[in-house]
Amino acid sequence: MRPIIKTIIITTGVSLFLIYSGYLYSHLPRGEKPLNTLADQGKMNWQKYNCGACHQVYGLGGYLGPDLTNTYSKKGADFITALLKGGTPVMPNFHLDDSTIHTLVSYLKDIDATGKSDPRTYTINSDGSIQQ
Amino acid sequence: MEVSSNNKISGIFIVAALVLLGVGMLFGVIGGVQYMIPGFLKDSFSFEKARPLHVSAILFWIILAASGALFTYLPKHTGKKIWSPLLQKIQLGLLLFTVLAIFISYFMGWFGGREYWEFPPILSLPITLAWILFIINFVKSLGGFSKQPVYVWMWMTGLLFFLFTYLESNLWLIPYFRSNIINDMTIQWKSYGSMVGAWNMLIYGSSIYLLDKIGGTNYGRSGMAFGMYFLGMYNLMFNWGHHIYTLPTYGWLKQISYFVSMTELFILGRIIYEWKKTLSVANRLGNHETYRFILAADSWIFLNLVLAILMSVPGINVYTHGTHITVAHAMGTTIGINSFLLLAFAHDIFSGDQYSYHYHPKGFNLGFWLANVSLLAFWLSLILSGILKAKWQMTPDAERIPFGEMMIKMKPLFVVFGVSGMVLMMGLLILVVNLVRNSKRV
Repeated sequence: MRPIIKTIIITTGVSLFLIYSGYLYSHLPRGEKPLNTLADQGKMNWQKYNCGACHQVYGLGGYLGPDLTNTYSKKGADFITALLKGGTPVMPNFHLDDSTIHTLVSYLKDIDATGKSDPRTYTINSDGSIQQ
Repeated sequence: MEVSSNNKISGIFIVAALVLLGVGMLFGVIGGVQYMIPGFLKDSFSFEKARPLHVSAILFWIILAASGALFTYLPKHTGKKIWSPLLQKIQLGLLLFTVLAIFISYFMGWFGGREYWEFPPILSLPITLAWILFIINFVKSLGGFSKQPVYVWMWMTGLLFFLFTYLESNLWLIPYFRSNIINDMTIQWKSYGSMVGAWNMLIYGSSIYLLDKIGGTNYGRSGMAFGMYFLGMYNLMFNWGHHIYTLPTYGWLKQISYFVSMTELFILGRIIYEWKKTLSVANRLGNHETYRFILAADSWIFLNLVLAILMSVPGINVYTHGTHITVAHAMGTTIGINSFLLLAFAHDIFSGDQYSYHYHPKGFNLGFWLANVSLLAFWLSLILSGILKAKWQMTPDAERIPFGEMMIKMKPLFVVFGVSGMVLMMGLLILVVNLVRNSKRV
């Protein structure tokens, strides 16, 4: 392969990648949202206690526990609070205080409002693509 | 031209990596037992500690071993020594210090990061610094980019894209990127998807170098090699969207990913077309332990590529997403492809003139076959678990059993998964111990 062709292919690819990345950073899928402080604290606590090791959001995360994307609308805040307070036979009791639990519930409420993670809600098109 | 002696530090990279592979397997087995016995060590060492310890140990096995291989093969390619052994030492020191700090933080339950990099984000700084030193040392040691074979391009691509995607994976620290979960997860999986491609570039680059060396070929300069490299590079940059097909993000992003992912069919076709040639080389080099790992990795590439292509079709991904089929793919590629290739490099490096390596056919064969057969059982049990979970996910609410009950029903498969994981650990440990014992310089 001639060096000039290699250079053209590499330069084109890297340029496209940088444009693609830059576009995505400046046009985030849900636009620029004001920070919901309580939910943001909940996100930090989600990461602090590494909830994602066992739980998924939109099917991404660990598989030992259930997907929690729409738990808020399906089970409600009281159910989530009770589980977080006592743990389960599989999940440890993290001995969380009330304010930490409150932030985690708020985070799950925030996630729930963004969409449905249920794969049954998708329509599969004949070309293999999907629609929700 | 070949440089007869690689420096001592390159070997230390590989030994440290091998130790991490052993440690990572041990934590992986503990995690596997927690699947078989729900609640096992729940109050002292629960899954949220075992999993990141396993993942981080394995990630650093890959990073350190790939770095050690590159530092060994680069001087052989250029005919010159590594530009700065001091930078190499600093890089190694920074990475080992970070691994230790990460392990301590996980044992203490100090998290703060996200999946795959769950440690407190401050520890990203020494990793970034180590990687920048790596790039500087590589560029200075290489001298120039003119008329270089494909593996040099692959090494450079891997080095630069790892730095870019690693920094990108930390963008969540800026509130603008994390204020909405959809924005946050889109950028997170953009970085992770490409990052895997980046370390694959480092590893596949070294494997092409090695194949040319042991096979006496010049494939690394062929048009086909460059064609495949460009295809791989475009996939690295644009196919990451298949991780988030079910995330309500931009549709065009998923279409681009779907289209680019399907170009992997060319790679699959080429593997099938070249199979006969691979086998003829295998007959010639059949007893060469390095080549046997490369051949095993070749078979795992085929199996996992078929799985990856299927999972890249959105209509199929709806079923496989959020199930253990994803884990099967991750484990199959990390162990069957990346780890086997890295073990091939370790055997090649330690069987060089500078090391006291002695080939023990019995021990090698035992480790090699235990690892491969158990990995197949492990991989299949995960795929079957995934099929059962996919079926459960698609069941109407009225007929669907609770999550906990579904997990109990899958227990026989988790037992196969856990036991085969233990055998896999034994097989790999035999190989690791043999390599570490033979890594003394003469």
